[in-house]
Amino acid sequence: MDQRSKQLRKLIVRGLEGGGRGHIGSSMSLVEIMRVLFDSYLRFRPSDATWPDRDRLILSKGHGCLALYAILADKGFFDPEELDSFCKFNARLGGHPELGKVPGVEASTGALGHGLPMAVGMALAAKIKKQSHRIVVIMGDGEINEGTVWEAAMSASKHQLTNLIAMVDYNKLQSYGATKEVLDLEPLADKWRAFGFEVVEVDGHDMSALENLVARLPLNAQKPTAVICHTIKGKGIPFAEGKAEWHHKSGLSSDDISALYECLL
Amino acid sequence: MRKTALNCVYDLAKQDERIVFIGSDLGPGVLGAMKSEIPERFFMEGISEQHVIGMSAGLAMEGFIPYVNTIATFLTRRCYEQIALDLCLQDLPVRLIASGGGVVYAPLGPTHLAVEDIAIMRALPNMTVVAPCDADEMSRLMAQTLDWPHPIYIRLGKGGDAIVSREEHGFEIGKAILLQEPGAGLFVTTGVMTQLALQAVDLLKEEGLTCGVLHIHTVKPLDHVALSHWLPKVKGVVTVEEHTRIGGLGSAILEFCNDQMPGQAAKIARIGIPDHFAEQYGSQNSLLAHWGITVETLCNVMRKQLQNA
Repeated sequence: MDQRSKQLRKLIVRGLEGGGRGHIGSSMSLVEIMRVLFDSYLRFRPSDATWPDRDRLILSKGHGCLALYAILADKGFFDPEELDSFCKFNARLGGHPELGKVPGVEASTGALGHGLPMAVGMALAAKIKKQSHRIVVIMGDGEINEGTVWEAAMSASKHQLTNLIAMVDYNKLQSYGATKEVLDLEPLADKWRAFGFEVVEVDGHDMSALENLVARLPLNAQKPTAVICHTIKGKGIPFAEGKAEWHHKSGLSSDDISALYECLL
Repeated sequence: MRKTALNCVYDLAKQDERIVFIGSDLGPGVLGAMKSEIPERFFMEGISEQHVIGMSAGLAMEGFIPYVNTIATFLTRRCYEQIALDLCLQDLPVRLIASGGGVVYAPLGPTHLAVEDIAIMRALPNMTVVAPCDADEMSRLMAQTLDWPHPIYIRLGKGGDAIVSREEHGFEIGKAILLQEPGAGLFVTTGVMTQLALQAVDLLKEEGLTCGVLHIHTVKPLDHVALSHWLPKVKGVVTVEEHTRIGGLGSAILEFCNDQMPGQAAKIARIGIPDHFAEQYGSQNSLLAHWGITVETLCNVMRKQLQNA
């Protein structure tokens, strides 16, 4: 893992320290996905967060918000110091991201299965107005248990929303345990294909693979794109990797925080 | 009322490029003219109501004003979280046109009735709840929906209702309309129940009891000014709604009285649907009659209120 990926993870830990809690595993698996989007794909202006021609990113798995806050802080949407206020009473940075509070957050998410339907509406709006910006939505694997995801997927396909990129952070673990056991998603690529998407699978932590992929988007001139990112929950924190109990932690002590930082040296 | 509402959407869409229409799986040919003339802003999305609400939110975030139409109970019960979070939390100007508010779909049974819609919509911050009394009032409301900056729940009554609203009263969201000046009693009503109250007023007048009708087309925000003005002026108040007695218009008025003018609450009687699922079919009128929501009941309850006064 290179220094930039570690640095972004340190910002996540800073948020965890500020709030004393957070969705650790769910945020760590997102880091390289966020990194490639903000470094190499999305068009945005940190000082003008609602610039009309920006690309829209909806983090539909809102509980992974620390990864989003980390990259937004890194890009200058707000001062990284603000991560210290995570989940505090008057903070802008809540345990789930909210539109209108945090610059760079495009939709209030947290209840699962809401991001893709909203993204379809945004992509349709761009199509009606003949605008060229893209809409990216990142969903969790557990999240796509929700029926609304598949309602919206059918609609995206019907409207041939080539400006829509649906990404799945497929870390194979949801809150209770393995997605395979809770509600098996396989064959996942075939599911998205059957719903009318052009599908690609990628190692969600391999930066060069991710870079190559985003350079090819959209993958099909008639279909929306689905990107299944194979990831590791808790990536970068060896004692948390692949462990369902690190999905969310509260009551984090200073020792816990030190242990997290030590993994990122 | 529904036809009027949808025709208004088409008329508005012709004048304003922000207007889009989204239906779920409505009857064949609905808004056919709009579909052929403005196909890029007409959507029939299938039986996926929750998605439709999210999609309307996405469109509204990009500057459109979506008008969504489907059956009231599928909008409200099924999509409650989408309405709460996608529309209300983000405070987006989406208009929900809810067909068959109340027991319009009586013959289809309890799966198709919307009898707690006002209660649950009213409980959401930023939501506006409107129930016009007839098709003419629906047209006047629709003209006002264009620039209202919040989500609106528009409850449709049955088609072909008598026209009792009057042009000269105008229409303003959140402003009640006094359709009949009160004497001793005042009916406070919403939706098509206003029609029932006007009939009751005529019958009571024959007995020498003069009663008024305050039509609350907008249940939220509730017109506190009108209530503060009229309630203290009368001896008895009867609220009437085609809705469960839990959480609707009557409850809203009692809450207001309890907070602002507690002395007035005692004179208020509430007529509405009892707290159980419909067990019969028949028609809207037969179901309402079964629950005692009739002109006769309105008269009886008002007489009792005035006797006790």
